[in-house]
Amino acid sequence: MQRDGKRSMTGGQPLTVAALVSVGRHPVTGRPRRAEFDARAVELGLSLAPGEALRLVHAGARTPDSDSALRGYLGMGIGAVEVLEQPEGADVVPALEAWVRTAAPRLVLCGAHGETGEASGLVPFLLAERLGWSLVCDLAEVEAVDGETMTVLQALPRGQRRRLRVRLPAVITVDAAARAARQSAFGPARRGELRPLAAAVTPDREAEGWARTPARKRPKRLKIVKATSARERFKAAAAKAEGGGGQVLTGVSARAGAEAILKLLREEGVLR
Amino acid sequence: MLDVILPVLVLGALVLALVGGVRRIRLWRQGRPSPVALVPGLAAMPRRYLVDLHDVVARDREFARTHVATGGGFVAAAVLLILVHGFQVESRLLAWALIAASIVMFAGALRVAARRRNPPARLSRGPWMRLPKSLIAFSSGVFLVTLPTAGIVPAGFGGWLIAALLAAVVAWGLAEMFFGMGWGGPMKHAFAGALHLAFHRRPERFGGGRSTGLVPLDLDDNAATLGVGKPDDFTWNQLLGFDACVQCGRCEAMCPAFAAGQPLNPKKLIQDMVVGMAGGTDAAYAGSPYPGRPVGEHGGSAHSPIVLREGRALVDADTLWSCTTCRACVEECPMMIEHVDAILDMRRYLTMEHGNTPNKGKEVLENLAATDNPGGFDPASRMNWAADLDLPLISARGAAEVLLWMGDGAFDLRNQRTLRALVKVLRAAGVDFAVLGNEELDSGDVARRLGDEAGFQALAVRNAATFARYRFGEILTCDPHSFHVLKNEYPAFGARYEVSHHSSYIARLIELGRLPLSDWAGGRVTYHDPCYLGRYNGEYEAPRSALKGIGIQVVEMGRSGFRSRCCGGGGGAPITDIPGKRRIPDMRMDEINETAAEIVAVGCPQCTAMLEGVVGPRPEVLDIAELVAAQLVAAPVSVPRQTREVAA
Ligand code: SF4
Ligand code: SF4
Repeated sequence: MQRDGKRSMTGGQPLTVAALVSVGRHPVTGRPRRAEFDARAVELGLSLAPGEALRLVHAGARTPDSDSALRGYLGMGIGAVEVLEQPEGADVVPALEAWVRTAAPRLVLCGAHGETGEASGLVPFLLAERLGWSLVCDLAEVEAVDGETMTVLQALPRGQRRRLRVRLPAVITVDAAARAARQSAFGPARRGELRPLAAAVTPDREAEGWARTPARKRPKRLKIVKATSARERFKAAAAKAEGGGGQVLTGVSARAGAEAILKLLREEGVLR
Repeated sequence: MLDVILPVLVLGALVLALVGGVRRIRLWRQGRPSPVALVPGLAAMPRRYLVDLHDVVARDREFARTHVATGGGFVAAAVLLILVHGFQVESRLLAWALIAASIVMFAGALRVAARRRNPPARLSRGPWMRLPKSLIAFSSGVFLVTLPTAGIVPAGFGGWLIAALLAAVVAWGLAEMFFGMGWGGPMKHAFAGALHLAFHRRPERFGGGRSTGLVPLDLDDNAATLGVGKPDDFTWNQLLGFDACVQCGRCEAMCPAFAAGQPLNPKKLIQDMVVGMAGGTDAAYAGSPYPGRPVGEHGGSAHSPIVLREGRALVDADTLWSCTTCRACVEECPMMIEHVDAILDMRRYLTMEHGNTPNKGKEVLENLAATDNPGGFDPASRMNWAADLDLPLISARGAAEVLLWMGDGAFDLRNQRTLRALVKVLRAAGVDFAVLGNEELDSGDVARRLGDEAGFQALAVRNAATFARYRFGEILTCDPHSFHVLKNEYPAFGARYEVSHHSSYIARLIELGRLPLSDWAGGRVTYHDPCYLGRYNGEYEAPRSALKGIGIQVVEMGRSGFRSRCCGGGGGAPITDIPGKRRIPDMRMDEINETAAEIVAVGCPQCTAMLEGVVGPRPEVLDIAELVAAQLVAAPVSVPRQTREVAA
């Protein structure tokens, strides 16, 4: 119902949508799969642009593992994923930019961050910057689309939502707040097409010099609870995290702001 | 006058019946091809009818006798009628025989009519209410018109009025019995049923055999629809089987989902498939509906979808997902129709083509693909439950007499108690056993029942490859679902092994005197037969003899053995979780309570979970392994680890 509502609001002409999809990795076993957030982006795309109006693109190295992961997206009822072949160590952003400029969708969707590679979540930002498009992150729901703009709900911490009007074209990222992706079915996954496309390769100079080590769990600050009764302990556990010591800097110069941030990082021992 | 009208009537009805029959055959032929043994099948048909089918019918003795009289009388009368009145063969003997046959049939018809006076809810009404009258019309009409032929009354007796009247009665009978047979009347069951018996998809079921494993789907054919999405995706002999249904409702009366008020009725489902095959709506259906779903709103054709994503088609998806695959319907069906195969075929389509497995289905299937267990646990933690048991790993030893298949119950706190008890029993008997440890994967049972044939086959192939690396005498498991899959469904993937359920294994150990047991001093015990051990594998005796071995006299429930009611845990039903009016395990617990037992013995992790999920007060739920382990007297036979390894 909601889907139909949205469609009618596009005023008859279908919205053209592209979803950027990456190769995911299961958190427990490390097996390749469709990436959780990218799959949610595809789900959102399916609700906005049925059929041919939704195009999926992947940029990256092609291996049997990546193929099987990409088929996971096909299983959602997608006819084809266009694959921009990029060797290991290439910067995928220029290739994606070139593809988006040719395909010219009104909307580019992707997960907030990937599950393999750098998974830094920077791709949508870099892409939006190069395209000069607006960017909305952590989208929860698209309420309406009409011609040049759309109304969306952005997810904020603790279930809060913010209503935004966004000028099109735009890049949008989704995370756990968006609707869960539909099941991937074996038949369509097998029949769908992985369509290789030639693409220019830009080596990622930046990353070449990086030393890579396996990720470690980030240290977490322990909450020290000085509670004497069960009631207090419960209250402490249920209370929302409070900033307390933070300060809000407004109307200061960039330099003063940077210094304040640096000072905090030193205090916290992040920078030494 | 009659001798002019009768040949026309009889031969005319015969021709129309043949035309109808050919039309019906063409309806069946819309289905996918399925090779059958044509001549041997037809040759075996009478035996299958007289022995196998009547074995099932005879569970209702009264009706079995009625059917023999009516059906037998009719077949004889029909053949003789064609000879005597159709082709006017002049023979007093044949005429007398025809009179005798019609009398037998008439007697049967009267009893059919008596049963229809106050029919139980499971029987369909509609045209089926007309049938006894038509049977009476046919038999009495034939009887009367044959009297002159047999020379009992003079020819032309009664004048033309009587003759016309008799001709009308005979015409009515012929319309029902001959014409109706080919054109979809109640008598269709005789024609379709006979051919269904001849070309049954599971011929192994006849002659006391058993065939319960699902047929693997060919996944190599890229273009073929996976599973059944439209009625013509069924094989032709499945369609033929649906057409054989007599709407007796024995399946409905046994179906736990129907009783629980979930939107499933196996009889209606089969009828809906007939509607789909022939095209139309279910408005003419005159039996119990799917609970909560009015009749007349569904319909379709052989080439249109059975289930729609949104909106109504032939059946609703939740009808298919309500089934626990308990096989009670198949066990009870006198026409040997395979409901579960049909439901699974349609589920395969919903999961593998639509990607629409309800509720937790998606999560479970994704977990199975990513972690090889439905709970999504780290596969490297499969052995955590036995950290203190020092279980021998077969990878360390290469061989063992018994390979203990733990099943996914290894991740479940409750089932771990059963596994521990089983290990204790095995050690007490000094059995040389080993486990696969973290090499074990889910058997694929749940994936397959949820329609994910691809997921199932992937697991089966990998498990089969693991088995092939080791040497062992047999596989032992305390999970009837694993038992069934490993025993009956893995051979198609090259894994052919001796597989035992722990109840039979323990019964054997007790018989061999290898377990030092004390006698039972506890209270009343009843036993709940798991579907996948009982109806799927015919094992009703071993669990009872294991219990007898520790001195337990089982107090039987009203529904036990092959009529045991499902606990509600099979077929992925707890995962798809289709709401009804009651819960299936609650109804089973009512039956358990009727025995006033203090303990209900079970032999399946699913049954344990479902029955323990019933709110108290209720009897304690204990696995056979736990009951036996508790009766062990001496300390476990201590075989030092060193020697055990040398022995292997
Ligand atoms: S399917 Fe079998 S048991 Fe059910 S109504 Fe038909 S003939 Fe009777
Ligand atoms: S298998 Fe069991 S639950 Fe399914 S239709 Fe048959 S009787 Fe009902």
